Amino acid sequence: MSRWLGLALLATALSAHAAPATEKPLKLWHAYRGGEEMALIQATELFTSKTGVQVELLALPYDAYAAKLTNAIPHGVGPDVFIFNHERLRNFHAMHLVAPASGLAREDYFPNAVEALEVDGQVYGYPLSLKSLALYVNTKLVPQPPETTDALLAMLPALSDTGAGRFGLAYESGDFYFHAGFLFGFGGELFDANGRASFDTEGMARSLAFVKDLQDRRFIPQEASAALVKSLFNDGRAAMLISGPWFAGEIAPNVDYRVVGLPVVSATGIPIRPFLGVETAYVSARSERAEQAHALARFISLGEASRVRATVGRQIPADVAAYTLPEVREDTLISSFREAARHATPMPNTLEMARVWEPMKLALRAVLQGGSEPQDAGALADRRYRALHRERPPDASPLPWLGLVGAMALGGSVWVLRRPASTLPFKRRYPDVAQAVAYITPAAAGVAVLVFVPFAVGLSLSLFHHEAGEYAFVGLANFVDILASRGYSITEPLSFYFTLAVTLLWAVVNVVLHVSIGLFLALLLKDPLLKLRGVYRVLLIIPWAVPNYITALMWKGMFHRQFGAINGLLVALDLEPVSWFTRFSTAFAANVATNTWLGFPFMMVVALGALQSIPQELYEAAEVDGASKWTQFRHITLPLLRPAMLPAIILGSVWTFNMFNIIYLVSGGEPGGGTDILVSEAYRWAFQRNEQYGFAAAYSVLIFVVLLVWSAFTRRLMRSSSEVMG
Amino acid sequence: MNRPSRLKMAAIHAGLTLLCMATLYPVLWVVKMALSPTDGLALTANPFPETVTLEHFRQVLSGTDAAGRWVFGRQLLASIVVAGATTLVGLTLAVSAAYALSRFRIPGKEGGMQALLVTQMFPATLMMVPIYSILQKLHLLDSLTGLVLVYATTALPFCIWNLKGYFDTLPRELEEAAVMDGASTFQVFVRVVLPLARPALAVTALFSFMTAWNEFILAATLLNDPARFTLPVALQRFVGEHKVEWGKFAAGALIVSAPVMALFFALQKHLVGGLTAGGVKG
Repeated sequence: MSRWLGLALLATALSAHAAPATEKPLKLWHAYRGGEEMALIQATELFTSKTGVQVELLALPYDAYAAKLTNAIPHGVGPDVFIFNHERLRNFHAMHLVAPASGLAREDYFPNAVEALEVDGQVYGYPLSLKSLALYVNTKLVPQPPETTDALLAMLPALSDTGAGRFGLAYESGDFYFHAGFLFGFGGELFDANGRASFDTEGMARSLAFVKDLQDRRFIPQEASAALVKSLFNDGRAAMLISGPWFAGEIAPNVDYRVVGLPVVSATGIPIRPFLGVETAYVSARSERAEQAHALARFISLGEASRVRATVGRQIPADVAAYTLPEVREDTLISSFREAARHATPMPNTLEMARVWEPMKLALRAVLQGGSEPQDAGALADRRYRALHRERPPDASPLPWLGLVGAMALGGSVWVLRRPASTLPFKRRYPDVAQAVAYITPAAAGVAVLVFVPFAVGLSLSLFHHEAGEYAFVGLANFVDILASRGYSITEPLSFYFTLAVTLLWAVVNVVLHVSIGLFLALLLKDPLLKLRGVYRVLLIIPWAVPNYITALMWKGMFHRQFGAINGLLVALDLEPVSWFTRFSTAFAANVATNTWLGFPFMMVVALGALQSIPQELYEAAEVDGASKWTQFRHITLPLLRPAMLPAIILGSVWTFNMFNIIYLVSGGEPGGGTDILVSEAYRWAFQRNEQYGFAAAYSVLIFVVLLVWSAFTRRLMRSSSEVMG
Repeated sequence: MNRPSRLKMAAIHAGLTLLCMATLYPVLWVVKMALSPTDGLALTANPFPETVTLEHFRQVLSGTDAAGRWVFGRQLLASIVVAGATTLVGLTLAVSAAYALSRFRIPGKEGGMQALLVTQMFPATLMMVPIYSILQKLHLLDSLTGLVLVYATTALPFCIWNLKGYFDTLPRELEEAAVMDGASTFQVFVRVVLPLARPALAVTALFSFMTAWNEFILAATLLNDPARFTLPVALQRFVGEHKVEWGKFAAGALIVSAPVMALFFALQKHLVGGLTAGGVKG
């Protein structure tokens, strides 16, 4: 039945060929790169040549892609078709972004791929390709791939040699996506019969113990990142690795390899079953040309397009018929991954699944870094999970609030009107107000529309609970939850007070370092007789000119456990390398080092300007009076620097307080959210914990209140400093 | 002034050289990543590449899109247009507003200045949703104009504060003298005040330029045409779901940072002294 429908759709699309060529192209958004992008371009060209319908592709950065979709589609300016993995389907569905796949015929695709796209019995989107993990084997080092974990364990000692930096196996062990296969292989379940996540299980403990044992015996590298795994395999220093089809393009041409399914866990007889991800072509619920959009999504998921995606894009098609084509069937990589995907567990597209990542990451890292025993980690994850899972607070009536706002407006206007009239008429008090208005209006209009309105909206969001695109008014419930630290004790990383303390420590340490380093350098550089002064100044300003997300990424690399330059320096100095992100103190220090590097030039420049404005005569007079250098610094330099430095310090402290990029990109809150500051915590609630915008906004309002108190305090400081100046 | 002793000078030079090396070390790593043919990793403190290739730069610079257009050139152009227009719009608005706030008596002035500062304290991440809706109402989605307006207005609070602080330090006598000579307020503003405020103008312009030049989330969200993406969006494309193309990312990062560094170099004379950071006299 649906096959006929599909054909009918295709026919409609074909007849559109006759339509005038002035029609606007269909919009297709994706985040593919390299070969996958090339394949998609070719597939859409095929579609255009068959149907005459033009397709306009837009490739987006992965980091900005989801936010762009959720903003654009509800406003009716999104794409007709977009490609995304299936994990977020439930989210997209709840926000009414995706249309049911009316042109889909189930039998065209592998059953588990279609199942992954089901919500309440309805299929959304057309499955394009399968993503799951398999075992890459360096055939020179491992002629016979292991079929069971016992066979694997028997091989690993001979293949590993810590001294030479060689490992039998490498994979991103700290990432739950990679660990999930072990969990299922050891008989663990992620969800109980009611669909609630459960972590404190035997399978969890056994799988964690297995992996921890691999790491303790140095069979796998610690803190492995994708880049590390890749270079180990390419250098022949990792005999086997676990990764997905995207890795094939990364392998150096001189490495002989093959891909096989993951081994069977000997203890249970169950294969290691990784997650199955399905790259999907979704039709937007708001597409104005739904028929053509369905035809396009269906077209790129099947037939000729599958062949192109397999051969050019190296994707694993979800299309059953693709495997009858000789060039796909005989492609060992693709057919091996197809085999591996047979055992894979389709990743649930539920909201529950989205809540699992953070607790699992916490547990996994706690075990691998030695902070927790494998059998205790499940309880740890369970606790975090329950803290993150907020029940929807009861709806509150907005009426008292509207009443309050009304009363305040009324009171305000009464106050203004009843204020004792000044003896001077308005015109006399503000003689040039007409002129002033002309000067200010353009800026005021812009700021009002694009700064104050979003600001007010942001503030008021904090009174709402957001779930799947719908806002419910809940009054102060969000604030109550945060301030009462509901679900976790005050001394835990997730609590507002703990995070506030970390944030204050962060701001103070940074500002002190920025100012002292900046001032020190300024004192060195102020001497006009110093040679090469300009050169030094330019070199020292460089950190300020580098965008801070680049700074953050490069420092993150420098703090890497095994390949970071900082540990390189330590080893060169005969010191022990440090595992930076496993302890609060070192992770915090890494963040501070990065932010100090980034922030001292600003303070240096301000201090230089201020130093130059101090009259030289003061020092000469002090010299005559026999004052020492230190006395001069204490009694002339510091007091005279104060008026210029204070505003800079205030501004700097506000910036540091909200320095999201450094925390998020360098430590990422490791270990276990300990180094998160308030603003990164707000971001997590907004974007990583099921879009709880209201809760995140409440966090932001609290940040705002803290800063208001701080600025009131500093204003007093400034006032007293200007009194000192007379 | 006493001539400092030779020994002291040598000590200062040594200290500064050491600190410059510490400052440059991370930058050298980016250069190394950009120039190394593979991202082969090894535990080393040596920030110099062993083999050098310009392949990453070539790939970043010569990227073309599906239609065979030279995307990098267009994106560079878009970046220059966006950052340039942001600077122009932001500076024009900020200069006139800051001058009025510094020189005229206006009802609610103090409150307005505080309100400007206060907006800087609210985390920007949550403002995206309302900004998107507002731009749609104004029909400015998917247009460089809309992007420029957003950048310019978000940079305004800092710009106004910095300029007002500087204007406050300029003596009023010069302006009064000009008025005596028959100049209008506007003439005084353009002919007397602006030339005196050059250092502060330079710093404020640099700040606006950097705001627009480095940003990528808003640009990627608001624009729908790859040829009009700004360079940081293109740079962010090298950071994927499963892997980061470090070599190209590093090469791109250097290309993106270079113009800002050049501007810093050109404006460094004004940088010192033009930055009053909120006004010496408050």
